[in-house]
Amino acid sequence: MGTHENPNTPHIGTANKKGQMITAPEEIFFNAPRTQAFLTGSEVIKEAVKRSSVDFSVAYPITPQSEASSLVGELYADGYVGDYMRGESEFAVMGQCAGAAFGGARVFTTTAGPGTLRAFENFPMWAGARLPIQVVFTVRGVNSPLTIQPDTLEIAFMLETGMLLWHAEDAQDLFDFMMKGYIVAELPEVHLPIGVICDGFFVTHTKDVVSMTPEDMALPHYNPYANPTPVMDMETAPIRHMRDPFIMKSNYISYMTHASWQLEVKAAMERSRKMTRKLLNGLIEVENPDAEILLVSSGTAVSQSREAIRLFRDKGVKVGLVKIKTIRPFPKEEIREATKNAKYIFVPEFNVAGWMAREIASVVERNERVIAGPHVAGGMTMPPEVIVEEVERTIARMNKK
Amino acid sequence: MSKEKIVINPEFWDIIPQDYRDLVDHATYGKTDRGWKDVGSSTELIAEHSLCAGCPESIAFRHIMASIPAPEDTVMVGSTGCTSLVFPMVAVQNIHSLFGNQNAIATGLKRALAYRFPNQTKDVIVLAGDGATVDIGLDMTLQSWFRQEKFTTICFDNELYANTGGQESGLMQKGFVAKMAPQGKKFEKVRLPEIARESGCAYVAVLTTSKPSLVERVVKQAVLIAREIGPTYLQIYTPCILEIGKQSMEGLQEMRDSESAGERFKFREFITPEAQAFIDDMNAKKKADKLAASANN
Repeated sequence: MGTHENPNTPHIGTANKKGQMITAPEEIFFNAPRTQAFLTGSEVIKEAVKRSSVDFSVAYPITPQSEASSLVGELYADGYVGDYMRGESEFAVMGQCAGAAFGGARVFTTTAGPGTLRAFENFPMWAGARLPIQVVFTVRGVNSPLTIQPDTLEIAFMLETGMLLWHAEDAQDLFDFMMKGYIVAELPEVHLPIGVICDGFFVTHTKDVVSMTPEDMALPHYNPYANPTPVMDMETAPIRHMRDPFIMKSNYISYMTHASWQLEVKAAMERSRKMTRKLLNGLIEVENPDAEILLVSSGTAVSQSREAIRLFRDKGVKVGLVKIKTIRPFPKEEIREATKNAKYIFVPEFNVAGWMAREIASVVERNERVIAGPHVAGGMTMPPEVIVEEVERTIARMNKK
Repeated sequence: MSKEKIVINPEFWDIIPQDYRDLVDHATYGKTDRGWKDVGSSTELIAEHSLCAGCPESIAFRHIMASIPAPEDTVMVGSTGCTSLVFPMVAVQNIHSLFGNQNAIATGLKRALAYRFPNQTKDVIVLAGDGATVDIGLDMTLQSWFRQEKFTTICFDNELYANTGGQESGLMQKGFVAKMAPQGKKFEKVRLPEIARESGCAYVAVLTTSKPSLVERVVKQAVLIAREIGPTYLQIYTPCILEIGKQSMEGLQEMRDSESAGERFKFREFITPEAQAFIDDMNAKKKADKLAASANN
């Protein structure tokens, strides 16, 4: 139906109009030769989109994602992206993304901070409508007075939208999560929007060595008909779906319909775990789980924790690490298991709220072991020395009592 | 959509609801000469609805659904309001997502369909109330026109928020006393048709739904011009009889009164020279085909 007649959708083993060979995802991810490149996070976003057979992308300027979304425009001009436009606000952008996804397109966009919050009403709508749109959130502060600095507070607002949320630690994660994200989000049993998160500036504006998949290989195109809801393209029978719209009715059937659909979105997210474990090699990464002290976090805070662990090692103190790759679905079993022997679970975060510490405290046993912090916010960096000091001071204080 | 896609497997014929069988056998998908005259002799693409008895919106809906030129390849975009109570019963695919974002949705949808089906025509029609079009969604309405997005926007103008119980809207008349305008509305009815013209719409019409033949003409024109030239806008008066204190049978008279000379819904249309040339050309071709057909007979 539809897709096989579409000249824009070549199949595995044939080349697209740019000469990229359409290749099975696992072949690209795990078998194809990788080459090293030295790129900014913004450039990495462009490179991942280039290999992802994206049909439609909408851009809108907001720091720190503006460069990335302009680079996607260059890809469109070069013929790698089907259609591309600048929207008029993030609320409109996310509507344009939804329209295209309803119409059966693979969609990509980016936003950050205030843009995320302006667009907010769209995110639970996307999840409820089962639209597997990908957004890269290059997170930044949302506070007043005006800030453009890195801060992960906006993720806290996203937690219950029904979107898959994966948090990249660095440019390598960003590249891999973006391509793998499409494969998981578009599974018919999942079919949910995905937010791939990276920390603004720390990842978008710094250069890093990234191991890239071949430029001349692209992911298979999205098949919109492998979908739990009908595609809005009039290529399937236009059934009249109900006599009485549920919004009109205050009765049990109406309540039940809405409740069960919300549960279905939750269940779809649960079903994403299996393929995500396979593609990301687990929802978490663990080092030295037997250490008394564990640092548990996501994003750039993980990179800083790795440095802090090195400083501790120099002092002869063994400290372990748990890196959380997927914030939604939350890897509760994995975290519970990885932290079961720890005496202290420290959660370093780039925000004042400490939402990640709350998330962890909600799943581990004896959660008085969870210590929120250190926190930095408003654009501050988190030097590893700060983590070391905070851990030492806190433990000393706890032992005094 | 090929008509084969709605054909029922003969094995299942007896268990398929009558409703669906009627759509397959007696609806007007694929008929190029479809129009309001099919109402009553074919299965309509809107059957039942949950609007108030005598609601002019339901009449407008039926006339529009009978008039769209290619329902088999049309996707409609709605918004929150009374229209969203009808869409679940409309037999073309349709999207409701949020309140006010209809022209943003239609923008993405039209572009996706144009990209996915380069060799097929897929029409997109937005149909939303005046609150959605002019108040909460005005930005997205206008921006889609500035960008020359190729779809039709239809506004059901009932001059208030009907579904939430009769609050003031931008298209309400000045002085009208309503909820949220306890001393009467203090500013003029927003002149969206004029704004549409200045914003780049290739065709704009203001009308009521009292004359089905007129609705048919402007709807066909609007959809065909949007397909080939650029954005089009229709503003149709669909009075909320409930909120203006009328009886079920008084809707038609209300529309007739409001379209008489000097009244705010007196029929008016605007068409760009390019769109007019396209329509003239199409009509000339139709005429020539008719002449050729009668000569062959």
